[in-house]
Amino acid sequence: MNYNILFSLIIISLSSTAGAQAQAVKIGELNSYKVFPAFLEPYKKGMELALEEINRSGGVAGRKLELVTRDDGGTPGDAVRVAEELIVRERVNVLMGTFASNVGLAVANLANQRKVLFVASEPLTDKIVWENGNRYTFRLRPSTYMQTAMLIPEAAKLNKRRWAIVYPNYEYGQSATASFKKLLSQAQPGVEFVAEQAPALGKIDAGAVVQALAEAKPDAIFSSLFAADLQKFVREGNTRGLFKNTAVFNLLAGEPEYLDTLKEETPEGWWVTGYPWSEIGTPEHKAFLDAYQKRWKDYPRQGSVVGYTVVYSVANAVRKAKSADTEKLVEAFKGLQMQTPFGPIVWRALDHQSTMGAYVGQLSRRDGKGTMVNWRYADGAKVQPSDQEIRALRRE
Amino acid sequence: MSGSAVLLQFLNGLAGASSLFLIAAGLSLIFGVSRIVNFAHGSIYMLGMYVAVWLSAKIGFWASVPLTALAVGLLGALVEMLLLRRIYRAPELLQLLATFALVLVIKDLALWAWGPEDRLGPRAPGLAGSVTVAGRQFPQYDLFLIALGPAVLAFLHVLLTRTRFGVLVRAATEDREMAAALGVNQRWLFTAVFALGAALAGLGGALAIPREPANLEIDLALVSDAFVVVVVGGMGSIPGAFLAALLIGEIKAFCIGLGYSKLTLVAEFMVMAVVLVLRPWGLMGRPFGEARAATSAPPAYGFAPHKAMLALVVALALVPLASDAYALVLLTDVLVFALFAVSLHFLLGPGGMVSFGHAAYFGLGAYAAALCLLRFRLPMELALLAAPVAAMAGAALFGWFCVRLSGIYLAMLTLALAQIVWSVAFQWDAVTGGSNGLVGIWPAAWLASRTAYYLATLALCAASIACLWRIVASPFGYALRASRDSALRAGAIGIDVRARQWAAFALAGMLAGLAGALFAFSKGSISPETLSVPRSVDALVMVLLGGMQTLAGPVWGAALFTWLEDAVSREIAYWRGTIGGVILLLVLAFPLGIGGAWRKWFSR
Repeated sequence: MNYNILFSLIIISLSSTAGAQAQAVKIGELNSYKVFPAFLEPYKKGMELALEEINRSGGVAGRKLELVTRDDGGTPGDAVRVAEELIVRERVNVLMGTFASNVGLAVANLANQRKVLFVASEPLTDKIVWENGNRYTFRLRPSTYMQTAMLIPEAAKLNKRRWAIVYPNYEYGQSATASFKKLLSQAQPGVEFVAEQAPALGKIDAGAVVQALAEAKPDAIFSSLFAADLQKFVREGNTRGLFKNTAVFNLLAGEPEYLDTLKEETPEGWWVTGYPWSEIGTPEHKAFLDAYQKRWKDYPRQGSVVGYTVVYSVANAVRKAKSADTEKLVEAFKGLQMQTPFGPIVWRALDHQSTMGAYVGQLSRRDGKGTMVNWRYADGAKVQPSDQEIRALRRE
Repeated sequence: MSGSAVLLQFLNGLAGASSLFLIAAGLSLIFGVSRIVNFAHGSIYMLGMYVAVWLSAKIGFWASVPLTALAVGLLGALVEMLLLRRIYRAPELLQLLATFALVLVIKDLALWAWGPEDRLGPRAPGLAGSVTVAGRQFPQYDLFLIALGPAVLAFLHVLLTRTRFGVLVRAATEDREMAAALGVNQRWLFTAVFALGAALAGLGGALAIPREPANLEIDLALVSDAFVVVVVGGMGSIPGAFLAALLIGEIKAFCIGLGYSKLTLVAEFMVMAVVLVLRPWGLMGRPFGEARAATSAPPAYGFAPHKAMLALVVALALVPLASDAYALVLLTDVLVFALFAVSLHFLLGPGGMVSFGHAAYFGLGAYAAALCLLRFRLPMELALLAAPVAAMAGAALFGWFCVRLSGIYLAMLTLALAQIVWSVAFQWDAVTGGSNGLVGIWPAAWLASRTAYYLATLALCAASIACLWRIVASPFGYALRASRDSALRAGAIGIDVRARQWAAFALAGMLAGLAGALFAFSKGSISPETLSVPRSVDALVMVLLGGMQTLAGPVWGAALFTWLEDAVSREIAYWRGTIGGVILLLVLAFPLGIGGAWRKWFSR
């Protein structure tokens, strides 16, 4: 049978034998496991690793941690129903998870209505902590805005004049593009945006798009494509020589989930955000990497780190609050400082965004595989707009 | 655009057209002969991609192409013999349900067999590089594709016009019963055509791998494109499919070339809508004879006994006393979808009009309610009233065009219009919130608790469903059913067929809109997903699962489908495939749907 069920059965039996002990802290996790499996299977492994570590060392505040995972079906409507089930039937202390931005926003909205803490792990949309931010919602991953801002120093340093932009036509691509234009224009006055292509998500007509971009004769390209769109774009661009004399910046392309599929096609020298898992030498990452590889006989992806960190975040908040009460947990999350495989982070009290960062570097091919070189860690705390701007957006 | 840029985009369009044609040709053949709307065609193509990526790592790309086509063709033959052959005699559209179930099964099968990560195939050996065309680099492989499209067209043309097999296929496309009466072995012919269609899809998939990775999202994206091509070209017409593929390939390439890339989101659906309004049978299609013997007698719909229905409503109203709050959440979903499915059934059953885009009205209602509440600051109760009115207006507008068509063309026009509405909601950030949608759509304070909202939903849904059933048994309902059974005779006795159908369309849209608004308030948020094709397909699945032949069928279908999704996705990792498997079993066991089986059982 399903590994998960088995696992939760073991947890349940453990906690029931411990009878006298306090009740477990229950995390209700929901995600689109069958819609985005490439990201979410490693994510789940990360979560389970963290859970095992925490419970092996005695749980939090004298209580075990219990994880209930659900598939949210990938649509906001189903996700809200699943979240309701976790709230009323499973009586979870915390809601956690979601991938797509529309699903994340829907669950955040429900959390606010039902007054339940929701820790959004994956959704990238700026709105979940800004325009639509609420008291009960916190978000772990660096947002679209943050990841775009991370690339700006390198982009401005190249001092290219003519930029072309390509992005998947939905909120993530749109807001990445808007932020990039705004931030680069500030950093490098006089920059021109000469072409913009917005293919439908998952349906890029790569040949025509590459051709149209080449016609604009850009000095540089900013792309927020990912997954199948990215692979098609890269192959067509390689064949048609688009990238020969053009600098390219691509959000997310350095994440193993997307990079590993490119293999021999990996374009040299692209600036990307990502996760060079095999290169990071910090002790906190080393510890995570060893534990992960030992447990799963596989290397971690970006999703693994997110899953691992989000479980620890909840555990640390419970520890700090010394309680699993929602209101106390909300207060505990504000300003919570903790260690992660990427280094220390803070959960900002201002907008409930964690300062988890990402790695910025250049793509390179090594033994027929893609890897990141010349990378640096971009701390999420340093790529934020002013507090004033955020307060205006949150309207609190 | 400079002259050479135009030339290059023209070539890009041709290459795109060739790939489109390969998948559309098979779909068109299958529909022409068997009248099956094969939802699984994109999944078969996807399988082709995965098989080709896997094979080409072992035996090289070029050897893998014919082998993949052969293997996928064989699989098609198996599917036809083991599954579809058993349900040709069932009411039409049931095959559609079966192929939908196949989509779910194949998707999870591919995930299980090849894992979650996209698989980028190799470049084609010998055609890996580019040639210089008008001073720009153009992939050699695209030139090969450009030549291949017409070659496949020529092959199919010879096959269909110069061989005995082709004569039989054309005869069956023209008049299936007559061909059978003249002694053509239908079973063999259907199997062969389905296998050929599948092999073409497999070939298309294999030839696509140098251009795009095998991935799990390709199936539904592709099948809708392929349907558009087939319908624009004219169902069953291979040259028509080629022409349509060219048209759509070029329009997309030039949308991109001229800087209107956002239009590619719906370009093909706009083309289809225009073509269908101007040429109801597609560019090169002809009206074809209806299948005569395949369907059983049109259902008469006895009105459900009032007492049983009342008892059920009372029982449902008592649920809050005996259950936990989650049961109410789930039942609210069931009620909303029951109303949605019943409204669709009103079109499909008594109205005789198949809609593939019913979610448009569900979504219009949801968005209207949300906008009234958030933008116009109307009280929630008023927003709930305004929603069905807005949905009815939308349905009346679209229905005016749709009722001028019939059969699969009508269905595809509803799909095209729904996609256009979807793309507006998806792109109009300032009003609809774009792809993220709108949040903060909660009911008024007195309805905020789960129990209160459930009871309100129960009252509204039960009342609406009862009204609709009453209408089926009213003179209007009889006139509508007469129009369905024989438009000619109905017209002769003085029934304005189109007016009745139009009114039915508006009415069904209105109630779908009410369902949509109830949905929005129960979830607190909406996104373009409420108007999307999958939402429309879900409604179809509910109606077909429950059975077209009875009025209550769609209610049971909605309950079963919603419950299945909830229960299975909680317990089983591969829940999509499991649901697909369950649907397949139900289709084989109860070709008349649950409602039909129920009635058969009791009338015995």
